[in-house]
Amino acid sequence: MNQPLPNSLRQGPDTRGRFGQFGGRYVAETLMPVIQEVEQAYNAARQDPAFMQEWRRLLKDYVGRPSPLWLCERLTEHLRAGSAGPDLGAKVYFKREELNHTGAHKINAVLGQILLARRMGKPRIIAETGAGQHGVATATACALFGLKCIVYMGATDVERQQPNVFRMKLLGAEVIPVTSGAGTLKDAMNEAMRDWVANVADTYYCIGTVAGPAPFPQMVRDFQCVIGEETRQQVLAAEGRLPDALVCAVGGGSSAMGLFHPFLDDAEVRIIGVEAAGRGMESGEHAAAIGGGRPGVLHGNKTYLLQNGDGQIQEAHSISAGLDYPGIGPEHSWLHEIGRVEYVAITDQEALDAFQLCSRLEGIIPALESAHGLAHVLKLAPTMAKDEIIVLNLSGRGDKDIFTVAKHLGESL
Amino acid sequence: MSRIAARFAQLKAEGRGALMPFLEAYDPDPATSMALLRGLPGAGADLIEIGVPFTDPMADGPTVQRAGQRALKAGGSLAGALAMVRDFRREDDETPVVLMGYLNPILSYGIESFCTCAADSGVDGLIVVDMPPEEADELAGPAREQGLDLIRLVAPTTHDARLPKVLEGTSGFIYYVAITGITGTRSATQEALAAAIPRLRRHTDLPIAIGFGVRTPQQAAEAVQVADGAVVASALIETLAASLDEKGRARPDTLRKVLDQVRGLAEAVRGARVSA
Repeated sequence: MNQPLPNSLRQGPDTRGRFGQFGGRYVAETLMPVIQEVEQAYNAARQDPAFMQEWRRLLKDYVGRPSPLWLCERLTEHLRAGSAGPDLGAKVYFKREELNHTGAHKINAVLGQILLARRMGKPRIIAETGAGQHGVATATACALFGLKCIVYMGATDVERQQPNVFRMKLLGAEVIPVTSGAGTLKDAMNEAMRDWVANVADTYYCIGTVAGPAPFPQMVRDFQCVIGEETRQQVLAAEGRLPDALVCAVGGGSSAMGLFHPFLDDAEVRIIGVEAAGRGMESGEHAAAIGGGRPGVLHGNKTYLLQNGDGQIQEAHSISAGLDYPGIGPEHSWLHEIGRVEYVAITDQEALDAFQLCSRLEGIIPALESAHGLAHVLKLAPTMAKDEIIVLNLSGRGDKDIFTVAKHLGESL
Repeated sequence: MSRIAARFAQLKAEGRGALMPFLEAYDPDPATSMALLRGLPGAGADLIEIGVPFTDPMADGPTVQRAGQRALKAGGSLAGALAMVRDFRREDDETPVVLMGYLNPILSYGIESFCTCAADSGVDGLIVVDMPPEEADELAGPAREQGLDLIRLVAPTTHDARLPKVLEGTSGFIYYVAITGITGTRSATQEALAAAIPRLRRHTDLPIAIGFGVRTPQQAAEAVQVADGAVVASALIETLAASLDEKGRARPDTLRKVLDQVRGLAEAVRGARVSA
């Protein structure tokens, strides 16, 4: 990982685990000691060359990294054809995280965390999952290392992500459906926290995104930065310069942070996070924490949250289970407030359209999460000059979503 | 002297420990919850904990979670809990009342105005479950200015090196979380408590209450034999929940059933040190 410069935007968090006013460690006392233990263990591990070497080896030989940077020629041509002038239509690249083993970026940070859990001597791993991608990645790593794996998944998500539920079971994990609340990612995270409180002595909580109490936002980000670091090298090799814009969908925001972070100090690179607008921002049924929320405390960190006037957390809505979360990682909240990253929102319908377009033009079926990012690229690229470059983080593949999409298209499988 | 300090001093003089029943504000409806609050001192509550409903109670088991959901459905909120305390204080100016809940409703209310309103309403102390000492500075100042005790949780996992940090700035009493777990699940053994409480006493002169897993009169009695108070929550909420009709509404005997159980607990707590 490259070293941040003085006055860099890459220096956070501070010693209190904060990015500006966001982040921190808002957990029950029972968990504080183990969270501090995780932090100490992580700080030691990241400075241990043997630890990092083992993680890099797994990324290369098990995950299949580096993931390619793909120039989307047909998509680019399509967008140029639809643009307002002959000089318009940026060149679109995909960072192909969907080609990773297990089909998404999640495995990058999971392997790092599972190595850490082993180092800490914790034989029992718990995780929360929304779309199931993080659950599958965690179940995979636990299978690889022979660790017990329990995955909490909202009952609603269990229904709409059946293929991933079965995958996790095949991999030897126990999947526990969570029925409290709306039965989605938020509730799964509550239940995982409750499990951790009760089993802190032998259990490691493998959090799937750049949220939760410190050090998780930083740790998950650091592991996911492999995405942005590779992208930087690849785009320099292909184009001889940095991209003009980076785009990625944001739920909790781990894939986005992984792509964005290594470019934060490159002021010429425009960075855009795409939240889920669900049935439309005006409908109130969305998952855009920054677009429609305000700062508060949930799941161990201070960050933008969907909440009512009484400070009660509101249910998010998105067609994409992975974006269906009322919060966002605290570093995103900070990047929003300082204005370094722009946050926009894409509706369910726009994502569905992008999902189909991508499948037909590039032969790549994207995850519905990634389709949100792509939908914004479809708006952005035609407004940019022909010689400009956009990189989209294609964070996951869409095999898991074909049932959801088929249902929305009125087809039965 | 604060109501909490006065009450513990009085109990110490009487040579007995405190019973602290817990109720979730607005569970199952505002009127029943208010009647329960009013009835608690007469049934033997020495201090009262009022749970502030929150959508995502991460340290609570299914019983308190469901209480919170019923309360939210009935319109429960932090403002509603404060209004209950204000009503309660018209008749009772002595029984200490502690609000227990999560930080986000307080942040949303506004820390300064919350502390002012809480003190004006007659709240004596605050337990904010997801606010460890490391994150307490925001609330600690305004709470202290308003004379509100910030009551900290100490857990079995809170090791000796950490205890001074947790106890620093704590006032009122110490809430010992008896188990590593969530509310309403397991109970600590008497041996575990007998080892844990003296460890805390070496670090603090504040009264110590035991909560999480104190369910029966016998467990409450055992708790006050080693500590200064026993908090009973899930066991009372279970009684309340079991008394509701199929639509989740209170029945005529809901109040009596819960208060009878409080009486049984109070009797055990009051008799505990006589035989000890």
